[in-house]
Amino acid sequence: MMIRYKTSNTFPKGGIHPPEYKLTQNVPIKPLPIPKSVMIPISQHIGAVAAPVVAKGDYVKTGQLIASANGFVSSNIHSSVSGIVSKIDTIIDASGYRQNAIFIDVQGDEWVDSIDRSADVISKIELAPEQIIEKCKESGIVGLGGATFPSHVKLAVPKDKKCNTIIINGVECEPYLTSDHRLMLEKGEEILIGIAILMKALDVEKAMVGIESNKPDAVEHLKELAKRFPGISIHSLTVKYPQGAEKQLIKTLTGREVPSGKLPIDVNAVVHNVATAYAVYEAVQKNKPLIERVVTVTGKSLPAPGNYLVRIGSPVSSLIEAAGGLPDDTGKIVSGGPMMGKALQNTGVPASKGMSGIVLFRASESTRVEKIACIRCAKCVTACPMNLEPHLLATLSMKAMFERAEDEKVTDCIECGSCSYTCPAGRPSLDYIRLGKSTVMKMIRERNIK
Amino acid sequence: MNNQLNVSLSPHIHGRETTEKLMFGVVIALLPALVASIIFFGAGAIITTATAVISCIVFEYLIQKFILCKPISITDGSALVTGLLLALNLPSNIPAYMVIIGSLIAIGVAKMTFGGLGNNPFNPALVGRVFLLISFPSQMTTWPVPAGFATGYADAVTGATPLAVIKEGVKNGESVSELMQAIPSTVELLLGKLGGSIGEVSALALLIGFIYLLYKKIITWHIPVSVIGSLALFTSILWVFNPDIYAGPAFHILSGGVLLGAIFMATDYVTSPMNSKAMILYGCGIGLLTAIIRIWGAYPEGVSFAILIMNAFVPLMNAYIKPKRFGEEIKNG
Amino acid sequence: MSSTIIVTIISLSLLAAVSAVILYFVAQKFHVNEDPRIDDVQAALPAANCGGCGFAGCRNFAEALVAAETFDGLNCPVGGSEVMKLIAGMLGKAADETEPLTAVLLCNGTPEFRPRTTRYDGVESCRIQHNLYIGETNCSYGCLGNGDCVKACKFGAIKIDNSTKLPVIDDSKCVACGACVKSCPRNLIELRKKEKKDRKIYVACSNCDKGAIAIKACKAACIACSKCLKVCEFGAITIEKNLAHIDAKKCKLCRKCVAECSTKSILEFNFPPRKPKVETESITING
Repeated sequence: MMIRYKTSNTFPKGGIHPPEYKLTQNVPIKPLPIPKSVMIPISQHIGAVAAPVVAKGDYVKTGQLIASANGFVSSNIHSSVSGIVSKIDTIIDASGYRQNAIFIDVQGDEWVDSIDRSADVISKIELAPEQIIEKCKESGIVGLGGATFPSHVKLAVPKDKKCNTIIINGVECEPYLTSDHRLMLEKGEEILIGIAILMKALDVEKAMVGIESNKPDAVEHLKELAKRFPGISIHSLTVKYPQGAEKQLIKTLTGREVPSGKLPIDVNAVVHNVATAYAVYEAVQKNKPLIERVVTVTGKSLPAPGNYLVRIGSPVSSLIEAAGGLPDDTGKIVSGGPMMGKALQNTGVPASKGMSGIVLFRASESTRVEKIACIRCAKCVTACPMNLEPHLLATLSMKAMFERAEDEKVTDCIECGSCSYTCPAGRPSLDYIRLGKSTVMKMIRERNIK
Repeated sequence: MNNQLNVSLSPHIHGRETTEKLMFGVVIALLPALVASIIFFGAGAIITTATAVISCIVFEYLIQKFILCKPISITDGSALVTGLLLALNLPSNIPAYMVIIGSLIAIGVAKMTFGGLGNNPFNPALVGRVFLLISFPSQMTTWPVPAGFATGYADAVTGATPLAVIKEGVKNGESVSELMQAIPSTVELLLGKLGGSIGEVSALALLIGFIYLLYKKIITWHIPVSVIGSLALFTSILWVFNPDIYAGPAFHILSGGVLLGAIFMATDYVTSPMNSKAMILYGCGIGLLTAIIRIWGAYPEGVSFAILIMNAFVPLMNAYIKPKRFGEEIKNG
Repeated sequence: MSSTIIVTIISLSLLAAVSAVILYFVAQKFHVNEDPRIDDVQAALPAANCGGCGFAGCRNFAEALVAAETFDGLNCPVGGSEVMKLIAGMLGKAADETEPLTAVLLCNGTPEFRPRTTRYDGVESCRIQHNLYIGETNCSYGCLGNGDCVKACKFGAIKIDNSTKLPVIDDSKCVACGACVKSCPRNLIELRKKEKKDRKIYVACSNCDKGAIAIKACKAACIACSKCLKVCEFGAITIEKNLAHIDAKKCKLCRKCVAECSTKSILEFNFPPRKPKVETESITING
């Protein structure tokens, strides 16, 4: 049966409706004061760790390259402040492990001369497609939706494949987060120019921006602006988590289904986040590398939740301070959204390129519910947007039956957390599925080497 | 900051649904049927229901405490639901000791021997019921006639169920249209004027419960609709073929335990399949088997057997009927 | 009446006879020729099916033994030399002398030494916790204490000590099958040579961080100060990646390094008490 789902504008199967708590959707973006010192991790992206090109005692300017990409799938890292490199040492970052980071003691705010810091909006795109891709690579642009995949890799489409649609992700389906929402409202034109740049780089005529209908102001604003941009269409989508997942968004907007184990480019689409489009605009038109990003600092217990323009490397404590200080009963701090974000171990963790939000939970709401026996209610099956059977995958992983888990397509899991969220028995299915997925991925890699 | 942060894998929030809420949702959905049965059968319904519920909970508690030595989980409401469903499947004038035996079989044999909630292959309430049906056939097949709220427990007038009337009549060579005169009309069947077990008396009350379950998203439509649909389809074919010896679909659906079975028993989470394709197959199986047992089998009623038989196929269905995974089949628009 | 019985008896007997014939031919057709020695060898093996030999179970190992030219690399850690010699005698081959091994935990991060910094709120699995983050303490190499090794051990030789939150290995039950070694996501369990009276000396730390970071995370961490290296007369100690290691084959159990270790990360077990003139006391945990 080839029934296209058009009655409601969303992906057809699975999904959940967590409470939104978009506490900060009306709070304008404010620049966060530059902290006294920053710690810039040299691995803020998927792929090879960048190699530091500065040494202890060096003076660096804001926007200066401090670690260079190590291979194709890797990304440059720039200094987000000006000052003296105090040391290169390990720090526990958002990954949960010790990583090398460049520590810089801030002195003033002296920018690299070539960066255009004026507020003018430049809409004329002068660079050629190759130059745009090169610029993205130089400027250390990575996917800002959270996955931090280097953008230039996505833009360099293999010769045998062709992209005909750019999908721009303005869905922001995670509860609490509003950074993309605010960015679309305040930097709408820049985002659209960024999209036009991406279209030029990929040589495509069509770009579709997907925004969930709980952000009507952003939809209207961009629709109004998009009249001046041929080929860019704005789509209001029915609210459902995980609409912002790459494969689900492509399905919603184009009706194409990315085959199991394949990439969006296999259905002639490339997906970028709105924040990435903005970063591309800044890199290409303003010559500004990726040294700051918008972070939503929120939580029901925070006195003044808000959206902040944060220099990369600022400690999370400084963000929380700006939002009114850490409440005493904080039980958990999550980097990213509550559905897919990572819990932080302390507030000394530096802000990185992939940090879209900081969400604080009270101690009372931060612990998991007690896990009881599975009653086979199949709610996880209904909720799974990939139409997998989470209960089965979890059991197989728990019992270390990884070969069978592979047959059941554990590798298709997008780790959206809908199964764990919806489980009435409070079973953390995704914890087990992640273990199964990573083990099976390793098995597949080892097999491919042989 | 002195307190240590919690660290766990995502998701960091959890939905509001819990097992207890689901179980109590089922209980609420059963209330209309229970109220209807009290109106029609009087004290007998109250005594039987109370006995079944209390003994199920007590047995679960005792088994968990003294035999399995596991944490006590009677608060999850599953024993309550089992007791209630068992009672609703019994005649209202059944002696209390039989109810207690039925509860022991339901909880002790059908549920706890397999490891408790979530692990039993067969619906515990139905196992209890079928055990009683086979052990005490006469008590289990003499159904009190609904005579109103004032009916006492022991002095209920008994009579045959509409299904039994038809079955016996057809066997004796009478035609269905003649027999139809002897039993309540379709409207009466809908409202609840038929002899039978406590829960199956009023189809309307069961349908109210069904709507509540759907509204609360406790169950999906797949199983009840496919049970009733397949039963209706199959009996219609036979009825069109020879209306003299086969009763019509409306009669089949409204009489006996089809609605109770389709809405509350077949949809039991633990013993039903876990994806919509398998659910429909499972439902159709129940509908077909019910019709076959009713028309050609030895018993006038076949819903319990049909559900138990299909329960046995559930693991097989879960293993071989898979939902179509996202991206499994390439179709580009 | 009697005719019914006779008919029943005859028909059942016929059915039985036909079935027997069918079974006979099926058994002939599907007969698998197996070396009878495999059964004998399997009978000699401990039947633990632990997988310590590298095969799925004792049967598979028996098949491999029968098929093997020499016993190089084939060893049953549970049965040890004794069983291997027995089997070698059966098959007319020579078995190498193997040293019995025992498992030790290369971490001594008790709550006292290693303060907890976060609270892990997830399923009880070291592997899942290891994939998530550094752990409840600041040591990214140390024991997570969720007991994956306890679950892996088929001989009940490992249990978690409630006061230290670390697994304790019972030497008398450990057969060195290596299941725990594979189960530990942080590779904290090492199979070492079994000494007489179960005496052991080893560096109970796996922290490869620089000394300053390591000692901050755990007071019992090896900081690679190389004092032990200097005091060892047998060259048994090496330091690699900020971590000392004692080679069990070279170690003569002189205990000098234990006394020398400034962070007390070298542990000794099952030794008689030292004479009082030695100032530094060693830590003994289950000794």
